Amino acid sequence: MSSQPMIATPQAMHFADALVLQSGASVRDYTLAYETYGTLNADKSNAVLVCHALNASHHVAGVYEGQANSEGWWDNMIGPGKPVDTNQFFVIGVNNLGSCFGSTGPMHTDPDTGKVYGADFPVVTVEDWVNAQALLLDRLGIHQLAAVLGGSLGGMQALSWTLQHPERVKHAVVVASAPNLTAENIAFNEVARRAIVTDPDFHGGHFYAHGVVPKRGLRIARMVGHITYLSDDVMNEKFGRELREAVAHNATGYKYSTQDIEFQIESYLRYQGDKFSEYFDANTYLLITRALDYFDPARAFGGDLSAAFARTQAKYLLVSFTTDWRFSPARSREMVQALLDNQRDVSYAEIDAPHGHDAFLLDDARYMNVVRSYFARIGQELSTGVAA
Amino acid sequence: MTNSTLKAIAALVPQGSRVLDLGCGDGALLAHLQQHKGCTGYGVELDDTNVHACVQRGVNVLQLNLDLGLSVFADQSFDVVLQIDTLQHLRNAETMLRETARVGKTGIVAFPNFAHWPNRLSILQGRMPVTKRLPYQWYDTPNIRVGTFKDFEVLAEKNGLQVTDAFGLQDGQRVDTWPNLLAGTAVFKFERS
Repeated sequence: MSSQPMIATPQAMHFADALVLQSGASVRDYTLAYETYGTLNADKSNAVLVCHALNASHHVAGVYEGQANSEGWWDNMIGPGKPVDTNQFFVIGVNNLGSCFGSTGPMHTDPDTGKVYGADFPVVTVEDWVNAQALLLDRLGIHQLAAVLGGSLGGMQALSWTLQHPERVKHAVVVASAPNLTAENIAFNEVARRAIVTDPDFHGGHFYAHGVVPKRGLRIARMVGHITYLSDDVMNEKFGRELREAVAHNATGYKYSTQDIEFQIESYLRYQGDKFSEYFDANTYLLITRALDYFDPARAFGGDLSAAFARTQAKYLLVSFTTDWRFSPARSREMVQALLDNQRDVSYAEIDAPHGHDAFLLDDARYMNVVRSYFARIGQELSTGVAA
Repeated sequence: MTNSTLKAIAALVPQGSRVLDLGCGDGALLAHLQQHKGCTGYGVELDDTNVHACVQRGVNVLQLNLDLGLSVFADQSFDVVLQIDTLQHLRNAETMLRETARVGKTGIVAFPNFAHWPNRLSILQGRMPVTKRLPYQWYDTPNIRVGTFKDFEVLAEKNGLQVTDAFGLQDGQRVDTWPNLLAGTAVFKFERS
């Protein structure tokens, strides 16, 4: 493993032509922000596309020159000597359309009106994102991916790749994901969205013009989200019923307040919410949670996931975590079953980890080892030209 | 599984079969079947280390708990379903046997034969056997089902399974004479009748 951190350089690719979206709307003159790590080999066969989840971006791995604490969000997974080894693979991270991290999104100007999109940014879907990513790969001269990799919403994109562009994906690694959201999941997203759109500073999504940000809504949206990313056990272990010191040292042991922070978990959630509201765009949050809600490749097949998977050609590794109740193992097993019905090559690891949904971003040796071994096999295929 | 046992089991699997290996361990048998007999398929395994070993080998592996059933697999979706040294670890061994016959056209089961003569000897001396084949003490054994060659015949019949081949294995060698006495491992090949 290299001791020097890998230096990442953000890049931008501009697309003049209109991209027609699933809704029928289109965007033109848009930009996709992306980063690459490692070297594309001569026959351009070693590319690995990494799809990001809700609040992430193209900054997948490495650090920015001279910037402390600027590690990419999957830096433990991707880099020289890491499970997805950039000594062997050419890894691409791309920021999705509609995001607030560099790709064209609601904060940018609509070339048709000359005004900031705001709430008028068209609704984007997972399929739209995948199509945009495919255009980026075309420009990079990459016809086929050695692998597409993603967790959570990123896993949905990886799955969608194998459905929309089956001939362009050799392997798909789908972590802590699902073939669609449950009603409970959509419900959580809806609470988050209502928190944002009912914030007096939201102004129907055109808050940029008012020089404000619906921070209260974003905070609550993030708090709700954050609760669902952790497991009850981890939350109990980390915070329990512990009171904050100032409260605990009160004569009564309580403050009898509904405004102040009394329990440690409240403090943690407010901190997470505050941090998030400082950097995340409200319209982007609305767009992305809708993309999550909409994703349902079986819908066009009367809910029959096996029928939807009939057109896949890729080999799959699926990973789930036992304590993930937001994207539970049962949801991964649905995908496993649909792939089995189609006799696809699939491996499935159900990692008994305590961390809930967030486990896909954390270091768990069993998880990391399985991904490492799987990519080692892909690497072997590449170097020998023989399918494993 | 010794190499000779592996080969004896593999010999029962027809060329090019679609195979499901329940409790596939480190995937050695499946890898052998892929490489030498052009088979395809999946292993099912619960243990993390074994799952990892399978992925390393390039064997499709599914980390599932067999005690929760085989519902992810469609009826008759495999040519051969293997249960090699698996049955004795299962709480719902009988259900799993029926499931094996539902999912596969042919089932192959191998398990330690408790009626093997050294075990009988040990019991005669008043102690539970501790042997190379059954290396655990009675109080900490993962083998929660102990049965004999003859017991399986009864169970197979009860569940409408038609045994198409049955023999013992001892030191990797096929035992066709008095297998219930002379073999440490019982092997059955069966179909739904």
